[in-house]
Amino acid sequence: MSPILEVKNLAVRFGPTLAVRNASFTVQKGETHCIVGESGCGKSVTALAIMNLLARNGQRDAKAIQFSGQDILAYSDRQMEDVRGNRMAMIFQEPMTSLNPSYTVGSQMTEVLRRHHNTTRDKAEQRAIALMQRVGITAPQMRLGQYPHQLSGGLRQRVMIAMALMCDPELLIADEPTTALDVTVQAQILRLLAELKQELGLGILLITHDLGIVARVADHVSVMYAGEVIESGRTADLFANPTHPYTRGLIDCVPVPGKIKPGEALGSIPGTVPVIKDGFSGCAFRFRCAHASEVCTQAAPRREIGPDHVVHCHLPRQGADQ
Amino acid sequence: MPRLRDAGFVVGLAIVGLVFVAAVIGPWLTGHDAFAQDLNSRLIPPFWMEGGSSLHWLGTDQLGRDYLTRLLYGARISLFIGVLTVITSGLIGTSLGVLGGFYGGRIDDAVLFLITCRLSIPVVLVALAVVGLIGSSLTLVVSTLGLLLWDRFAVVARATTMQIRSLDYVNAAWCSGCSPLEIMRNEILPNISSHLMVVCTLEIALAILLEASLSFLGLGVPPPLPSWGLMIAEGKDYMFFSAWVIMIPGVALFTLVLGMNLVGDGLRRAFGTQVIK
Amino acid sequence: MSKTAALTLKDLSCTFHVQGGLFQPARHVRAVDRISFTLEEGGVLGIVGESGCGKTTLARMILGLQNPTSGEAFVHGQRLSELDRRARARLIQPVFQDPFSSLNPKHRIKDIVALPLRAQGRFEPQEIERRTAAILERVGLSTEQGRRLPAELSGGQRQRVAIARALILEPRIVVCDEPTSALDVSVQAQILNLLGELRRDLKLTYVFISHNLAVVEHVASEVMVMYLGRMVERNTTASLFKQPRHPYTQALLASVLTPEPGLGLPDVGLGDTMPDPSNIPSGCRFHPRCLKAQPQCATITPSPSTPSDRAMVECHLF
Repeated sequence: MSPILEVKNLAVRFGPTLAVRNASFTVQKGETHCIVGESGCGKSVTALAIMNLLARNGQRDAKAIQFSGQDILAYSDRQMEDVRGNRMAMIFQEPMTSLNPSYTVGSQMTEVLRRHHNTTRDKAEQRAIALMQRVGITAPQMRLGQYPHQLSGGLRQRVMIAMALMCDPELLIADEPTTALDVTVQAQILRLLAELKQELGLGILLITHDLGIVARVADHVSVMYAGEVIESGRTADLFANPTHPYTRGLIDCVPVPGKIKPGEALGSIPGTVPVIKDGFSGCAFRFRCAHASEVCTQAAPRREIGPDHVVHCHLPRQGADQ
Repeated sequence: MPRLRDAGFVVGLAIVGLVFVAAVIGPWLTGHDAFAQDLNSRLIPPFWMEGGSSLHWLGTDQLGRDYLTRLLYGARISLFIGVLTVITSGLIGTSLGVLGGFYGGRIDDAVLFLITCRLSIPVVLVALAVVGLIGSSLTLVVSTLGLLLWDRFAVVARATTMQIRSLDYVNAAWCSGCSPLEIMRNEILPNISSHLMVVCTLEIALAILLEASLSFLGLGVPPPLPSWGLMIAEGKDYMFFSAWVIMIPGVALFTLVLGMNLVGDGLRRAFGTQVIK
Repeated sequence: MSKTAALTLKDLSCTFHVQGGLFQPARHVRAVDRISFTLEEGGVLGIVGESGCGKTTLARMILGLQNPTSGEAFVHGQRLSELDRRARARLIQPVFQDPFSSLNPKHRIKDIVALPLRAQGRFEPQEIERRTAAILERVGLSTEQGRRLPAELSGGQRQRVAIARALILEPRIVVCDEPTSALDVSVQAQILNLLGELRRDLKLTYVFISHNLAVVEHVASEVMVMYLGRMVERNTTASLFKQPRHPYTQALLASVLTPEPGLGLPDVGLGDTMPDPSNIPSGCRFHPRCLKAQPQCATITPSPSTPSDRAMVECHLF
C-alpha cells in the first residue's frame, strides 16, 4: 500500500477564525478515504488547502503535505498549477456551477488535457470521447458540442468526472459529489467512482456529510469536528466501534430505513457547532458532550484504540461505552 | 454600510458633506449677497491672482456680484435640484419596477413597454423642448427631469424584485395571509433598498450634470439664480481674459459629481457583497 | 368515517404552458396529473419522489401559492379555492426547506413570527406580543433571540422560527417541504423531534415532503410516491417499506445508502435518463426506466388498483 497523499497537522485560518486546526490523514493508492463532518467542520476548506486554492485571506500551515512522496506544501503557484488538473483532480458539489456555461463540454474537457500535455485537438477530443464512454455518457460525439445547460445534473456530474480523468490523475478529490443529485442517480455515480478507482488505481479523497455514503464507499474514514479530525480508522472498525462521543452521536442521528421505530425520538446532539477563534483551547466538542468534564478544557490526547483506529478524546475507553 | 477603510467612499462622502455644509451655511457666512450687483467692481480676479482683493475671495463676475457667494448659492441649487429630481424619479421608477417585477405577465409587459419608450426618448432634447416652450423655471426643470430620469430606478427595482419574489420568505408571507401591497411594502422593498440607494447617488449626480447642461444652454434655471451651469455660460464670453469665471464653477461641478459617484461606487461595493440567492 | 378528512384532493392537476420562442415550440409541462387522496386528521402524509415528480408543485397548490389548472382541494370540508387569503392562513401553513431564504433578512425574529397574526388584521398589539412570546418558548427559543435578526441564528434555530411562524395561528394542516434537508444531521433530529411533539400536542395534520426515505419512514403514517406528476403508489408507512409494489418504489428504496458498512453499493439499474415533465413517455410513464417493463407498458397507461384497503398502486403488474 503506497500513500498517494499524506497530510500532517494541517491548519487553516481566515483572519482570527480557525477553520481547520489539526487535520492529519493519509490516502492510499487504490483506496477511498472519506472525510465526514457537518457544516462548519472544515472539510471543504481542507480539500482547498491541499490544492492551495484558498480564498485570499486564507492562510494554511502544516507539518507536511506529501503528494506521491513529494512535498507540495512548499510548491510555488506555478508548480501547483502543473499538479492541479493533471496529477491531482477535483470534482465539486454543484454540477450546475462547476462547468462554465459559456463553453461547450468538449472545449472544457480538451482544455484540461492541452493545458498540461502538448496534444493536438483531435487527440484530446478522442480521449474525451473515450472517457465519456467510460463514465457512461451516451452519444459522446454529440455531447462534445453541447453546452452544460443542455445536460441533466447526473450527466453533468459524469462530465465532471470524465474531465477530472483527462490527464490520468493519481488522486481525485471529490467534495460532496452527489449531494445535489437524486438518490437513484447518486448510487450510480458512486459505483462509477468505485469502478474507476479499481481500474485506474486512483486514490480518492471523498468529502461528505452523509454517513450512508461513508459506510458503503469508504475504505478509511476521518471524522471532523470544528476543524479537527477527532476520530479516524478503517470503515468497518469505525462503525463497529465508534469511540468518540461525536461519532457515536452522529451515527445515532441517522435513521436507518427498516430499523425505524415510529414514535421513538431520533437521536440528536444538542447545541450547535462552535466557530473557533484564536485563543481557543481544549476539546471543541465539550459544550455538547454528555460526558464532558474538567479535563476536557485541555487539548484532547491522541489515542490508538485499535490497529489503524485513532481517536482524540480524554475519555477512557471504558467510560465511552456508557 | 461601507467600511471606513474604503478610501473612495470616504473621499466621496467628505466631498459631498463639504458641499452640503457649504451650501447650507456658506452664502450666509460670506457677508455678501449673491444677487447684489456692483458695476464698479466688475471682474475682480480671485485673491491669489494679481489684482485680487481680500474683500472678494473668489473675485466678482461681470456684474460685480461676489463670486464665492454665488458659487455657494449655486451649490444649494445643484443639491436641491439633484435631490428633488431623484425623489420624483425614484418614486415613479421604483413603483413601476416593483409592480412589473412582482406581478409579471401583462403588467410587466406594460412596464417594460414604458421603460423601452422612455429609453428611446432623448432626455436632453425633450427637456430643452419643454423648457423652451414653457419658459425656464426651477420647478419646471425639477419636474421635467424627475419625469424623465426614472428608467434606471425602474430597471433595477424590477430586476431585484424578480430575484426576490420567488424566495421562500415571500412565499411564507403569502401563506401568512398578507395582501400583495403588504408584501411589496414589507418584504420586497426593504430588501431592494440597498440597490436603490446606489442608483440614487448615481442619479443625483446625473441630475446635477443635466441641470447644469440645460442652464448652460439657457434653458434651465433662469438668471439671476446662480446655477453653476448658468455661471459657466455667463463666463463663456470672458473665457480668455478672465478664465476664473468659467473655471471655478466648472471645477465645483466636477468635484461634486465626482464625490457623488465615489459615494455611489462605495455603496455598490459594500452592498455588492450581499448576494441575493 | 366519523373523522372529518383534514385534507381531500380530487383530481388535482397543474399544467404549465411554456411559451414557444423563435426556435422552440410551445411546451406543456404537466407537473401534477390528477392527484386524489384523503388525509385524516392527525395523520402525517409523506410524499416522496425525485426531481420532476411534481411534489413541490403539489405542495404549492395546497398552500395556495399556485392555482391548479383543474381539480379541487378541500380542507375540513371547505373548498380551498373559495377561501380568502386570511381564512386559508388560519387553516394551512408552510415550513419550507431553506432556513436561509425562508426568513426575511431585514426583519427581527419576533416580527417574522408575528406576521401571520398581523396579516389577520384583528389582533391587538398586546395579544400579538403574548402569542409570539408563547410560541417562541414552545419551539425552544428565548425572547432575547426574538429580538435578533435571522443572520444571527443558526440553521436549526432559523427552522424553529419557521415552525413558530407556521403555528402561531394554530392551523389545522402544516405542509412541510423538506424541512430538514438543508440542516446538519445532528440538528435534523432536533427539528424532527420538535415537529413530532408539536403534532401530538396541538393535534396537527402534516403533509411531509422529503427525498430522505428514512426520515419519511420515521415521521409519516402513510406515504405517497410520485413520479412525473402521478401518484404511482400509496400505502401505510409500514406496509410500503416492508412490501413496496411499484418498481419505482422498489428502486427508490434500494437506492438508499444506509450507514451499514460492508453492504457495498446497490445497482438499481435505472439508467441516467432524467424524467422530463415536458416530455412524458407514452403508456406507463415509468416504462423507459423500468426493469420489469413489458410490451404493453409502452402503449397502455396503467390504471390505479387497490390491492388492499389502504394501498394503491398504478402498474400493469397489479
